[in-house]
Amino acid sequence: MKFGVIVFPGSNCDHDAYHVISKHVGQPVDFIWHRETDLSTYDAVIIPGGFSYGDYLRAGALARFSPVMNSVKEFAAKGNLVLGICNGFQILCEAGLLPGALIRNRDLHFICDYVDVRVENTDTPFTHELKVGSVLRMPIAHAEGNYVCDDDTFAELQRDRRIIMRYCDANGETTEASNPNGSRDHIAGICNRARNVMGLMPHPERACEDLLGSSDGREVFRSLAGTLAAAA
Amino acid sequence: MSLAVPKHKMKAKVYVTLKPSVLDPQGKAIKHSVQLLGFESVSDIRQGKYFEVAMGNGVTEEKARDEATRLAHEVLSNPIIEDFRVEIEE
Repeated sequence: MKFGVIVFPGSNCDHDAYHVISKHVGQPVDFIWHRETDLSTYDAVIIPGGFSYGDYLRAGALARFSPVMNSVKEFAAKGNLVLGICNGFQILCEAGLLPGALIRNRDLHFICDYVDVRVENTDTPFTHELKVGSVLRMPIAHAEGNYVCDDDTFAELQRDRRIIMRYCDANGETTEASNPNGSRDHIAGICNRARNVMGLMPHPERACEDLLGSSDGREVFRSLAGTLAAAA
Repeated sequence: MSLAVPKHKMKAKVYVTLKPSVLDPQGKAIKHSVQLLGFESVSDIRQGKYFEVAMGNGVTEEKARDEATRLAHEVLSNPIIEDFRVEIEE
């Protein structure tokens, strides 16, 4: 199984993702420059965090037009796994691979902090190693993480259980104070209809080393690898 | 030379604004400061974006409007959260 980490000008969590795949998942992984278009040798693609194109226009808005994104769309349409983290989530929304949009945080601040998120659905390729209701501690680092969508989209996300993680407190309660950015219904991560594309604002790849504060994010990558191993 | 070719270059002005239903924390913060400064008549401020798009030689007004509208829809705005308005001038 082979992973690819897409690198845009301004990506800055690409090396974290690469590190996790090579060290903790123990699988081959390549950096994929955004001008490349051939994803045929990969089984899963990670769109990492950062500030692609300096967040100009809107976060993720210009990255969507990079040549690699057409290939990512085709890759996803074939059912391959795509994980977008932070800026990666914003890019997936701008590209129309995930519904809704991520706008300026409710309180305007760029938030760089640890948050707790509750796992809402484990029936996905990205979360099946986790338990519903379990609380993960992961960092966030964003100014535009406030998830918005229209009522019809929201109803569909709820009905199809496509809200994968929600911001919560340490006890797993979704209190107002535990919603860092004002996201609709505490949404921290969602997936597409086919459940092979997931976007997350928190950074699981930066929560894989106890030395750095948390290793809860490893379960996401273990799930991903488990899915690919089962399919092989 | 055809008489239909305009002498001046067209310019498109594109205004992008958040939909009324979308919270605008930046506009809110500006409004707060402005009211502290004593601008008593101000009841609300919404922040948006403004683009000036220069068109090439010989582009007709109709073509300029079509392209600017498509540009605004596909790139300059995110239709999920934003509205836009296009004005064309010579």
